Amino acid sequence: MAHETHEQVDALTGVTTTGHSWDDIQELNNPLPRWWLWTFYLTIVWSVLYAIAYPSIPLVSSYTRGLLGWHSREAVEVDLAALKDQRSGMTAKLASSSLEEIKQNPELFAFARAQGKASFGDNCAPCHGAGGAGAKGYPNLNDDDWLWGGSLAQIEQTIRYGVRSTSDQGHSGTMPAFGRDGMLKREDISNVADYVRSLSGLPTDKGADLKAGAQVFADNCAACHGDKGQGMQELGAPNLTDKIWLFGADKATIMEGLQNGRGGVMPTWHGRLDDTTIKALTLYVHSLGGDQRP
Amino acid sequence: MADAPLPQSLGAADPASADEAPLYVPRKQIYPQAVKGRFRTIKWVVLAITLGIYYFLPFIRWDRGPNAPDQAILVDLPHRRFYFFFIEIWPQEVYYITGLLVLAALTLFLMNAVAGRVWCGYLCPQTVWTDLFYAVERWIEGDRRERMRKDKEKLSLKTVGQKGLKHFIWLMIAWWTGGAWVLYFADAPTLVYELATFQAPLIAYIWIGILTFTTYTLAGFMREQVCTYMCPWPRIQAALTDEYALNVTYRYDRGEPRGSVKKNDALRRQGLPAGDCIDCDQCVAVCPTGVDIRKGLQLDCIQCGLCIDACNSVMEKIDRPLNLIAYDTDMNVKARMEGKPEVRRIVRARTLFYAGIIAVVGSIMITSLALRQNIYLSVMHDRNPLFVRLSDGSIRNGFTVRVANKHLDERRYAIGVEGLPNAKVDVVGGEIDQQGRSIIVVGPDQTQEMRVLVTQTASAAPASTEIQFVLTDLSNGDQVATSDHFKAP
Repeated sequence: MAHETHEQVDALTGVTTTGHSWDDIQELNNPLPRWWLWTFYLTIVWSVLYAIAYPSIPLVSSYTRGLLGWHSREAVEVDLAALKDQRSGMTAKLASSSLEEIKQNPELFAFARAQGKASFGDNCAPCHGAGGAGAKGYPNLNDDDWLWGGSLAQIEQTIRYGVRSTSDQGHSGTMPAFGRDGMLKREDISNVADYVRSLSGLPTDKGADLKAGAQVFADNCAACHGDKGQGMQELGAPNLTDKIWLFGADKATIMEGLQNGRGGVMPTWHGRLDDTTIKALTLYVHSLGGDQRP
Repeated sequence: MADAPLPQSLGAADPASADEAPLYVPRKQIYPQAVKGRFRTIKWVVLAITLGIYYFLPFIRWDRGPNAPDQAILVDLPHRRFYFFFIEIWPQEVYYITGLLVLAALTLFLMNAVAGRVWCGYLCPQTVWTDLFYAVERWIEGDRRERMRKDKEKLSLKTVGQKGLKHFIWLMIAWWTGGAWVLYFADAPTLVYELATFQAPLIAYIWIGILTFTTYTLAGFMREQVCTYMCPWPRIQAALTDEYALNVTYRYDRGEPRGSVKKNDALRRQGLPAGDCIDCDQCVAVCPTGVDIRKGLQLDCIQCGLCIDACNSVMEKIDRPLNLIAYDTDMNVKARMEGKPEVRRIVRARTLFYAGIIAVVGSIMITSLALRQNIYLSVMHDRNPLFVRLSDGSIRNGFTVRVANKHLDERRYAIGVEGLPNAKVDVVGGEIDQQGRSIIVVGPDQTQEMRVLVTQTASAAPASTEIQFVLTDLSNGDQVATSDHFKAP
């Protein structure tokens, strides 16, 4: 009986049926073309060959390596090498040009800035912030106030050897702990803090003895900060007359500095970053705000 | 279905019955016969025009002056540019391509609503190339009967030679299909020279190889199988069509009952019903997909109209009215049988809707193309820090500015800021002209990203001020502006 139903042709569609029938619903037999089936079998064969040739089957602590020995990490290394190769022309130009020459060449300058930005994110952002905005004790690199100078050469020097770093070529010079080491009395510290605030036009405490403060300043501070408090880049002594304050402009913060001293550290990058990267970083940092105070 | 078998449970089904059902359909070799007539002529003309455009378009020159290629149509992938005669498209303007695709899809829909599978029958590359390959086959191996006879006979030296020549010509056509394809992606004459002297880049040979393979396989071997099994368009069209759409239709109101010329003549003389169809099977013989149009509208039929030509040539010979097979609708065939008037309605909601959208999308594209500017300014405010206090107390904001110069020569632009009193604008690494303006120089057909610092000397700025960056083309005074904000403590 089943054989007979198989032979049956559906009247509406003119298609033979498979002989399967459920509740009078019959299944039409619309077979696939032969080439389609061959293509399908070919994909199965392909998957087997692929599994043999490439890493595929996970094992307990490793996986089958495949006969071709292909490895995704090696593929990345090849891509990276290709990228380095592609950039080698510009990188070589960057290495052989001076900072000034690079800045005069718009194409090279843009390349250096891009590389510097990436390197800044990797190395500098933890302290100076992603955009170089700085934080309390970490200078803002976008402004025009440079403790150790904002020219290209000075920035490069600071990046390369650091500040109060392990390198003997780094910048040195600290703010002494006048209070803690007994050089100044509490009253002197209060007076000179008020005087320092007055240098940049900030309001002072009522009854502050600015004259005494000025005397204390002349005796203890002017050697580094200058007789007018204008600062001295050779020693990294900040300009006390401008609107930029590394640690803060309030009297308590200034007194804290006078009491305990200040001496933030910028590490040396010489030997940790190659010369080209340091160049790129210099140009990037310089482009953020750059150059000397007006 | 009255004598349908009683329902069987799964367990009771005879497993042998499933085994006997064929797993696959063996391919039925199709030998389309040569035909002459109006639709065959239309198809030759369309074939010549479409293939002519495809093969020769890359060689058309279009002078754009220096700094740009002089090829009328060029997809310049390395430089991310697309040239189409006087239009140049940048990657950020890819919505023009989207618009074109929308127009193309709607045009297909409209064609379908008016006259069915016009695309399939006349314009589709699969149809055009298969038609060309059939023409070569017919030219070398002979017409339908000859080819059928040769395939049945044992292979002779002559047959092998003919088949060899056929495959050689097919491969040559396929090779040129791939060859023309790559010419759209590089300067055509240069690339032809490089290909001929084996100096072209490897990727060009790879693409020629891929397209040679696909053309040779799809037009030489797969043919109607592509339309029946691989292409989604027949299925989509089935959902798009309606009863008013014209289709290649066998007018069974006139054709049935079928019979020989003599028999039907006799019937007619006796005043008995007699059809015009004499069962000569010419419509089946010429069909490139091997269907019998007399079975009605079907998925395999690409509606190329060749059966109309074949039938008309027979109708002429037996002196019966033409167009037994014609562009018609099933609805009208039924109407005629019932003695009702025919309904032909090209203008209807569906066609108006498609035409309307085509008009709207087309107008939007033309308007935006006509109004688009050749300079483009994008400004992005620094996120960190939002503002910087300088040593003299003034406030500075940093911006990343990108200027796109779509002109084909180098341009100098002055950038300024409006909406902020006493604002000073510095371009890092940029120059300042004699009038004190900050200048950005952008090369021909390029973009330039610059860092721009805006400083306000008065420190009493509100926390946020809306400002306008204004870019002025110094050569012709064209201006573009983009708004952003100036942030302060």
